[in-house]
Amino acid sequence: MDFFKFFKKTSSSSKDIAKERLQLILVHDRANASPEFLEMIKGQLVDMISNYMEIDKEGIEIKLTSMESEDNVEVPALVANIPIKKVKHSSKF
Amino acid sequence: MGEVIVITSGKGGVGKTTTTANLGTGFALYKQKRVVMLDADIGLRNLDVVMGLENRIVYDLVDAANGICRTKQALIKDKRFENLYLLPAAQTKDKTAVSPEQMKKICEELKEDFDYVLIDCPAGIEQGFKNAIAGADRAIIVTTPEVSAVRDADRIVGLLEAAGFEEPKLIINRLRPDMIKRGDMMDVDDMIDVLAIDLLGVVPEDEKIVISTNKGEPAVADETSKAGQAYRNIVRRLEGEDVPLITEEKTEAGFLEKLRQFFGLKAHTK
Repeated sequence: MDFFKFFKKTSSSSKDIAKERLQLILVHDRANASPEFLEMIKGQLVDMISNYMEIDKEGIEIKLTSMESEDNVEVPALVANIPIKKVKHSSKF
Repeated sequence: MGEVIVITSGKGGVGKTTTTANLGTGFALYKQKRVVMLDADIGLRNLDVVMGLENRIVYDLVDAANGICRTKQALIKDKRFENLYLLPAAQTKDKTAVSPEQMKKICEELKEDFDYVLIDCPAGIEQGFKNAIAGADRAIIVTTPEVSAVRDADRIVGLLEAAGFEEPKLIINRLRPDMIKRGDMMDVDDMIDVLAIDLLGVVPEDEKIVISTNKGEPAVADETSKAGQAYRNIVRRLEGEDVPLITEEKTEAGFLEKLRQFFGLKAHTK
């Protein structure tokens, strides 16, 4: 079986594309990830992180997606891109 | 006391009505159960046509729900299969003509007299869906190996859970083993993996379904139909028998098949 797989072209088949797309769609559907919901998370993240560093509130990007875990399984992930302007000196603990 | 099973899917056109007709006929024909099939798709009734009973409708679900007739008066007896009945939907009204409470009452009444009450749920997640699940004890979700159908099935799983249904079961319909072998269709494992619910059965794509629908005779009664065989197996599983997936349901290509594919030879088809 693997012998044949070895010679098969490596480009992913359309069913793999279907499954991947489906998994990402369902992450969104199941989380009920409305823009309002993501805005709420964003607001709380900003508040929390602002205690320690100065961040660019306009440049924040937050999205629900999926990524490969250590054992090569696609898992849902919340990815936040938060540009830092300045680390506060007083944030030592 | 019988059991009320709702057959639902979210997306339209995946085979809810065909599944309802075949399971209902299967229970009556092979298991000698008293069965009533209830068409909950008010305004777009179709179960009567699939069953070939469209010329015999006098009263319908809306009449029965609103007391215009007794529930039993609205039942159509299928003369070909003993113990098989249809409660047709109304064609001229809309989904709001019946309330979830009325549906519950009708289901309770039918349960007294029948072993199985199978509800053909309309597509969508609105009022019609809520009506169809109101009186049900269990749910079967039908899907096809397509992204849109599986997505909708997942939404239905969520809504059923929220409504207190425990462990809905999945039927994968219109599977094409040839496409799966080419890697161009999601296989059973892919869909179970994504949806994470129990599999009740797999129905292969089968021209005989179109032919049987043309005639108004359910394929489950056709011994030569592969889809019919799959439905007979599902009936047995619902009756508690342990029936393995049939050959057509299996998708793993054999060694010779692999060899043919490897050398670019066309797989022989029956």
